[in-house]
Amino acid sequence: MTGKDKIESLEFVYNFYLKMKDSNVSLAYEGEITHQITKAFTSLTESNMANDEDYSSVQRKVFHVMVECLQNISKHAEPIGNLPVSKDGRGIFMISKSEDEYNVTTGNVVSNDKIEELSEMLDNINSLDKMGLKQLYKQQIREGRLSPKGGAGLGFIDIVRKTGEKLVFDFLSINEDQSFFILISTISRKQR
Amino acid sequence: MEPIKIKGTDDTPQVILDKENTVFEISGRSLPEDVAAFFEPILKWINEYSQDPLGKTVFNFKLEYFNTASSKLILDVLLKLEEMADDGKDVLVRWHYPDDDEDMQEAGEEYADIVEVPFEQVSYSVD
Repeated sequence: MTGKDKIESLEFVYNFYLKMKDSNVSLAYEGEITHQITKAFTSLTESNMANDEDYSSVQRKVFHVMVECLQNISKHAEPIGNLPVSKDGRGIFMISKSEDEYNVTTGNVVSNDKIEELSEMLDNINSLDKMGLKQLYKQQIREGRLSPKGGAGLGFIDIVRKTGEKLVFDFLSINEDQSFFILISTISRKQR
Repeated sequence: MEPIKIKGTDDTPQVILDKENTVFEISGRSLPEDVAAFFEPILKWINEYSQDPLGKTVFNFKLEYFNTASSKLILDVLLKLEEMADDGKDVLVRWHYPDDDEDMQEAGEEYADIVEVPFEQVSYSVD
């Protein structure tokens, strides 16, 4: 690094810090999502929340959403371009907390040929009411098979059922083969 | 029959399957790295047990947390117990949940809807 690079890098760190503070981000990570990472992040968030006055039901929901989101990345994220394939997927993971809610945000690379199926599934889940979600959950747990990677196809349904909030998502194009899939799950801090 | 005794950790449940002492219990947290591998010996044990079970089998679930991958395997355990009940065996499932945890209570209700096995919901208080 040249001297100029170093100064830029210092500025980047400070701006990054300010941005995180500004958006109330309490945890941000980019990299492989291993089982160890999942355990570390959930226990870190649990101990942070233990000091808050949040209801235990809210804390449990945050825990649930975190685990499902992290496991989604580790099981479904695809490597960018021609990078060697590792066992665990990588992506970004963020938690922010405002006065009213927690937001759990994930981002990972997906092939463009998966987008249609994924958005149909998410739109369908978002369109269902409580009873509809319950039915879909029951159908999927009975009929679904555990994937080779250990997914039950229940994660998104479970998140919406537990939080009562719709999923916000988008696909940003990387190139003609791949896109960046962003998903935001919201957990209200007010007891329902 | 050799009992199964698995100590609970922060990502795997405590499991006790002990015919001699009539204890059948899965408790704690379940989000194992490899959920199928974790539950395989448990399902195998119940399979074997079902060939020659006790006069009455009371199976206790006392889970604090389970991920969706585990929920599928918990259903597999319940389906084994349902098979036993279908065979005319006396089986009772007790689903314990913290009295302030509606989601865990509802999870029990849903399993009770899905499988046809005598099912009891038991709330316990946490402080």
